[in-house]
Amino acid sequence: MHYGLLMSIANMLSNGINSIVNSRIGTQIIMALIEIIAIFAVISVAVIILVYMERRVCGFIQDRLGPNRVGPFGILQTVADMIKLMTKEDIIPKKAHKILWGITPMLLFVPAALVYAVYPFGDGAIFADVNIGIFFVMAVMSQSVLMFLLGGFASENKYSFIGSMRAVAQMLSSEIPMAFSILAVVMITGSLKMSDIVSAQSNAWFVVLQPLAFIIFIISMIMETNRTPFNLVEGESEIIAGPFTEYSGMRWALFFLSEYANLLSAAILTVTLFLGGWHGPLLPGVFWFIIKVFIVIFIFMWISWTYPRTRIDQMMSLSWKILLPLALLNIVVTGIGVYIYKWMY
Amino acid sequence: MNNAMDTVLFYVLALIVIIAACGIVYCKNLVHSALFMTLCFISIAGLYVLLNADFLAAVQLMVYAGTVVILIALGIMMTRRISMDRSNMAERKYTGWVKCISVVLFICLSYIFINFPVPLAKVNTVQDTVAALAQLLLGHYVLAFEIAAVLLLAAMIGAVVLAKGADDK
Repeated sequence: MHYGLLMSIANMLSNGINSIVNSRIGTQIIMALIEIIAIFAVISVAVIILVYMERRVCGFIQDRLGPNRVGPFGILQTVADMIKLMTKEDIIPKKAHKILWGITPMLLFVPAALVYAVYPFGDGAIFADVNIGIFFVMAVMSQSVLMFLLGGFASENKYSFIGSMRAVAQMLSSEIPMAFSILAVVMITGSLKMSDIVSAQSNAWFVVLQPLAFIIFIISMIMETNRTPFNLVEGESEIIAGPFTEYSGMRWALFFLSEYANLLSAAILTVTLFLGGWHGPLLPGVFWFIIKVFIVIFIFMWISWTYPRTRIDQMMSLSWKILLPLALLNIVVTGIGVYIYKWMY
Repeated sequence: MNNAMDTVLFYVLALIVIIAACGIVYCKNLVHSALFMTLCFISIAGLYVLLNADFLAAVQLMVYAGTVVILIALGIMMTRRISMDRSNMAERKYTGWVKCISVVLFICLSYIFINFPVPLAKVNTVQDTVAALAQLLLGHYVLAFEIAAVLLLAAMIGAVVLAKGADDK
């Protein structure tokens, strides 16, 4: 069997542990723990990099410097931010539903982290290559809307509540074009497995075969992750910060953490579904994967710092009246294409 | 090892389902009830995974835990009440009847389960559940599938018409 770089490292690690622990079950448990820690490590490191990257990219696009005082090129700015957030006073609103309000930021992180279990990071490097891969991602991602709703409801603040209502409307209308654009990819692959979707792109990336689905997917992913042209859930200038209004310090940081975890998983999904996953010449798969993910994240940031925020009705009509019919049309065309392809070969 | 793990997981999930179901009934706040309902649905999805029905588990997560609870929560929040406390109180009138019916049902079910033990079926687990489901739904049961689709479409159009009509008047 040919395995990628990540899998070789994992095998070496598991052999090493096996020689120390000397029992199969013990090794399995330790490896499972290491895998869980690896997911959290990937998310936390990525968030530290992304926050810095976002502020630099934003500064660059708006023709200003961005953070450049802490450390060389301001690299340690995120560390300084973390220290500030951790030492902040923890303010709990008097009228909030204490328990619900408290658990919401933690619960929000659960679906954001759970989807990482099925992402293919390299050749064979996938924590759980389940049959329903991409469908699992969609099912788990759709859970995060409940936490936004809860956070807004439990804060007992009208701005938070408006924000959470918008979250529900936005996520419901972004999920449907997203699902249909993914369906076009699944129709070509003939499988929901993430590893199958990646290996089907060894010759041609799906962005070539499915350009329309790619554009629809990118737009609905920006809606799903609440980024700027569609960050109506936060809408700082109209509803302060939506569901996060009443949160401060570490609780607010948790919201931020899951937001960037979602951005990263949006980029990973784009790369896996349309840009050939870890496929690429010369370099090991993992490096290609990381390079592509960062390029896609840069494009997401580019879009969000270029366009102004839309109104909620504009966003809804874009998603229901333009994206959804286009996605349906794309599915019909893909179906005919697949049929003709099978008939010819 | 794997079997023991499955058994432990089953009992943990079953306990969560039962606690959450009690929470739905006994919570005095409708929002808390709805949240317990989500917990209940998610643990049932876990039970489906234990039964090797992974597609069904994801559908359970997406349809029930994802959408139905949002709709419930929206419905609750759109009702114009200042406070949601004491919004899910027991109906005193029917408590007696409900208790009677529950006791009768419990006796009947326990009679059945004690006298007719459930046969342990040896079923080969299907590996590719998605393909098998697709074969059944779009092959053998395609008529039922299409009828359900048309019915849902009719229901949706009806809902839109009703909502529009309410706006006009």
